[in-house]
Amino acid sequence: MEAFTPVSAVTGGIMIGAAAALLLLLIGRVAGISGIVGGLIPPRRKDAAWRVAFLAGLVLAPAVYTFGGSRAPSVSIDAPFAVVLVGGLLVGFGSRLGAGCTSGHGVCGIGRGSPRSLAATGIFMATAILTVFLTRHVWGS
Amino acid sequence: MPVLLSAFASGLLFGLGLIVAQMIDPQKVLGFLDVFGRWDPSLALVMASAVAVSALGFAAAKRLRIPLFARKLDIPNRRDLDARLVIGSSLFGIGWGLVGLCPGPAIVNIAAGTWQILVFVAAMMVGMGLVRFVPQRKPSVPPSRAVPSVDG
Repeated sequence: MEAFTPVSAVTGGIMIGAAAALLLLLIGRVAGISGIVGGLIPPRRKDAAWRVAFLAGLVLAPAVYTFGGSRAPSVSIDAPFAVVLVGGLLVGFGSRLGAGCTSGHGVCGIGRGSPRSLAATGIFMATAILTVFLTRHVWGS
Repeated sequence: MPVLLSAFASGLLFGLGLIVAQMIDPQKVLGFLDVFGRWDPSLALVMASAVAVSALGFAAAKRLRIPLFARKLDIPNRRDLDARLVIGSSLFGIGWGLVGLCPGPAIVNIAAGTWQILVFVAAMMVGMGLVRFVPQRKPSVPPSRAVPSVDG
């Protein structure tokens, strides 16, 4: 397992927080990724363009990062097909039903002191930790 | 046009932040969630610093009242807990723990184009679409006072 990386964690966190602040101060929107993606399903005229622009920025980030000469961190998913499929369904369904994910509730919601977001973040952290505990230490290899 | 450029710049900075923090790597995220294994607390620092900066942004936005390129702030104002929030967040956490991906990093990883990412993102969007079939309790407040159901 990788080691604790406090400097890159704080640097990246500041950038994420600044991105959320920027979106709010410039166009008055909350940078919740599940909300931004979910608002496109189905797309609504007049409301879709800024969402697509934001997501384009997200998708292009790795290219910009490597263009700047940095090597992108390795990304590896070693889950089998069924787990990836079920995981994706749960993340999409759950984040929309719960009205937010790690960014919308975790970063933005807690940032503005919302009790709903604090509760939601506590709940999804708890079930995620429990899931990893069960898959890695109880059922896993 | 300034709206689109702002959204693009924010998305780009958000994505770069996720890359710098190594949060696009599911193994790094699972290392944080593995509290009972060899715990990697990095994600907690990412979250804490992101929350601190976004809190400054919200404080500034409340003072300014009006964003630079839009007519109003679109900030959720619900404060009550409901079953949808609790059940939805629980399910989201299970999916997050299974793969180590939440929506932001999943989207950033699209460019990598591996089958796992493409399957995950496709399934995620199907899951988002399925929420519309969940029956919604009739709102007890009149529609004119109804509040947005999305927090983020």
